[in-house]
Amino acid sequence: MIRREFLKAGGALVVGFSLRDVAFAQNGTSSAMRAAVPGPPDAKLIDTWIAIHADNTATAYIGYVELGQGASTALLQIAAEELDLDMNQISSVRNDTHVTPNQGATVASAAIERGGPTIRAAAAEARHALLTLASQRLGAPVDRLVVSRGVVSVGSDAGQSVRYGDLLGDKPFSVPFTGNAPQKPVAQYKIVGARQPRLDLPDKVSAKYVYVQQVRLPGMLHGRVVRPQGQGAYADGARIVSVDAASIAGIPGVRVVRKRDFLAVVSPNEWDAVRAAKQLKVAWDMPASLAGTEGLFDQMRSAKTIDSVISEKGDVTAALGRAAHRVQTTYRGPYQGHMPFGPNCAVADVTSDGTTLMCSTQSVYGTRDKVAKVLGVPAASVRVQYYEGAGTFGRSCYDDAAQAAAMLSQEIGKPVRVQFSRTDEHGWDNFGPAHLADVKVGADANGKIIAYEYDGWQHVWSTIETAEQLALGTPANESPDGTSRNLNKITLGSMYDIANLRLNNHRVPGIKGYLKASNLRSPLDVSFAFASEQALDELAHMATIDPLEFRRRNMSDQRWLAVLDAVAKAANWTPSTRPGQSRRASPRAGGRVVTGRGIGLGTHMSSYGAAIADVRVDRDTGLVVCTHLYGALDAGLVVNPAAVENQISGQLVQAASRTLKEEVTFSNTNVTSLDWNSYPILRFGETPAVTSIVVQRMDQKSTGAGEEVVAAASAAIANAFFDATGARLREYPLTPARVRAALAKA
Amino acid sequence: MVTLTVNDRRASVEAAPDTPLLYVLANDLALNGPRFGCGLAQCGSCSVLVDGVETRSCVTPVSRVDGKRVTTLEGLAGYYAKLAKLTTAPALHPLQQAVIDEQAAQCGYCYNGMIVKGAELLSNTPRPTEAQIRTAMNGHLCRCGTYPRMLTAIQRAARMMAEARR
Repeated sequence: MIRREFLKAGGALVVGFSLRDVAFAQNGTSSAMRAAVPGPPDAKLIDTWIAIHADNTATAYIGYVELGQGASTALLQIAAEELDLDMNQISSVRNDTHVTPNQGATVASAAIERGGPTIRAAAAEARHALLTLASQRLGAPVDRLVVSRGVVSVGSDAGQSVRYGDLLGDKPFSVPFTGNAPQKPVAQYKIVGARQPRLDLPDKVSAKYVYVQQVRLPGMLHGRVVRPQGQGAYADGARIVSVDAASIAGIPGVRVVRKRDFLAVVSPNEWDAVRAAKQLKVAWDMPASLAGTEGLFDQMRSAKTIDSVISEKGDVTAALGRAAHRVQTTYRGPYQGHMPFGPNCAVADVTSDGTTLMCSTQSVYGTRDKVAKVLGVPAASVRVQYYEGAGTFGRSCYDDAAQAAAMLSQEIGKPVRVQFSRTDEHGWDNFGPAHLADVKVGADANGKIIAYEYDGWQHVWSTIETAEQLALGTPANESPDGTSRNLNKITLGSMYDIANLRLNNHRVPGIKGYLKASNLRSPLDVSFAFASEQALDELAHMATIDPLEFRRRNMSDQRWLAVLDAVAKAANWTPSTRPGQSRRASPRAGGRVVTGRGIGLGTHMSSYGAAIADVRVDRDTGLVVCTHLYGALDAGLVVNPAAVENQISGQLVQAASRTLKEEVTFSNTNVTSLDWNSYPILRFGETPAVTSIVVQRMDQKSTGAGEEVVAAASAAIANAFFDATGARLREYPLTPARVRAALAKA
Repeated sequence: MVTLTVNDRRASVEAAPDTPLLYVLANDLALNGPRFGCGLAQCGSCSVLVDGVETRSCVTPVSRVDGKRVTTLEGLAGYYAKLAKLTTAPALHPLQQAVIDEQAAQCGYCYNGMIVKGAELLSNTPRPTEAQIRTAMNGHLCRCGTYPRMLTAIQRAARMMAEARR
């Protein structure tokens, strides 16, 4: 029955499925059941997580996706370590709602922090089950057995041994996953904590890797969505006034699909679809309901906000009153975009037997629900398979593209691939929200921070995808308050010992008059660190204390001190000779091109990030260049230091891009950042030298490693700009125009 | 019907002459090297070599490569072997190998263009200075922030190619 169901569910569904999985499934194991029926598979069974094959290799089934961060390699390191296998004896499979467990979305740098303990426990329990089998086979007690490369021996007697593959060989474990099996002591780790080359890279550089943009199904049609160039206010969606189908009469074979205000073209030929999407004449109703980039922060400040106190201790007002040094400033952070380098793409095949959907989602199960909703079918009839796209750095338009492809395939009755254009992706992203902050900090005469008050304004995340909003008329809606959407009490002041502190969160209603928004790497923490770490830097200079010394003086947490010291040592930080004025006697001193150095701290959920920036400023042109960025990260037990160094390196470069370049612009009617010219990012020629430092903590639990250094480095760059020029820029990005204006005032 | 030579193989495809080369390579010839990034020649993800010159296939009409030799990422090792007069083509161009050695990529989507452009640079300028690399590569964007490692990979590949010439 299982076999028949699998074969029935096969056919087109098998696309992209590894041969091993097919063979494995046909052997009638529990994995076959999994491939034949909708998931998620039962998380309380070992077979859901681990399979042992006759050739003495293993498969780990993992619910987190590879996003270019190296998680797929690191999670296998954990499984291999616990199973006593070599890395070349273990692999994983594509994330698939019919195959892989549901571990939630791959967000918040959680793949290792949350996914690691689960796969470690499952692998340990699988090993325990294998040793129990080996004990019976070899007639020796479990405690006398040793394992090397999947071969179980009695003590050092190689004559008495059996391979995992011979014990189980593609048959199910059929044991529950209790999580109680003993795990390997950290001191015995050989693979975890060691540098491991990324398993996905060889195929990626040789063009063997298939990105979602490259999935091709037989008989597939090419779809393009047709929307106004650049979204307006979220509540407004996009409203069609009229469509002139005759405007594309010259392009044969193109079909226009319209569902309410959802509009698309579909063609057997991709170029025809591209041309048709461009040429189709559509009149859109574009209400002038945005404040425009220039009016954004006034609009946020005057909004009727929903206020809450995120954190409070002591009496901040009294402490500010008695402070010897006080800084009271306002900081601004723009909307920024995910803008994956390859715009989102999805391929859908909707048939009466069910739907297969291939896309680069951060959550196959989350996408399954969203696609089922627009199709009006049960979620269990939709199978979502993960194909990696270009780095997404949070919730870009992947679900929007998935819903669009699904609706078009349902309408046409054939497989449809929807490729977003560059302008679709830029213009209709769920942007990282803008942020406005009023910061008041005070220190006593000894440079001890005694007061910290932070008022922050921002809106939360949009929950309804554009495709659904337009096609079904589902009203725009927002997420509730929560982590990454409110002020972050970890980023804001927690690294310092401050007796009097208050964080006042001002949630701006974001449906009317604002852009669509969602989590963008280091969500809001870039803006928080830019404000908080700059305000404290201003306080350090006011107290005429070197910025590194000021920070050290105000913290006692050993892990924060260690990352701070690690980055200072790597950068060979030397104290300011002129604290208070920093390294520059006056804003006018020095030549046309001046240099400076700054420091910053940052985090997101639980790891510890520190950065130092060296910048060069051309005071005539206003151009700021990061010449060298240093980043240190304590993420607890780092499973793959090589991958985390790469993450730090990427975060440093992205911090330079986001702090110096990136800002979503919009008029009163729509977004005007529509490509790489109107939304510039850092280019190759401007890239800083980077130094990545992993502060390894083998005795601590693993925590996130993808977001902390972006925030730290953003603050460090801003502080370096002050060090170079003596002027403060309290709004990013530090564009040439803003720099020239700030220097003219100084 | 358009006839073109891609990676030393001749192919005839049904395509309107104004069809961008990218769509022919991806859809008709099923090549996964060149890939869609912007369709505007802004980012470099679609780059190929046309007679050895890095070219944005997303804005190049297929009719314009008639009679020319197109090399994609898939054919880069063979192209290099021919230029370097090697008797057997390596599995990878030295720059591809250097990208693995330096663990330079993250999502890897930009690496088609990075490698194609880097290979063009190394064939014209075997020992480029850092400034030359920065200038040559400036038209290739990366969202993950892999520029510093790509820079190192190009320098490593230059050393590998110099060794191979000795």
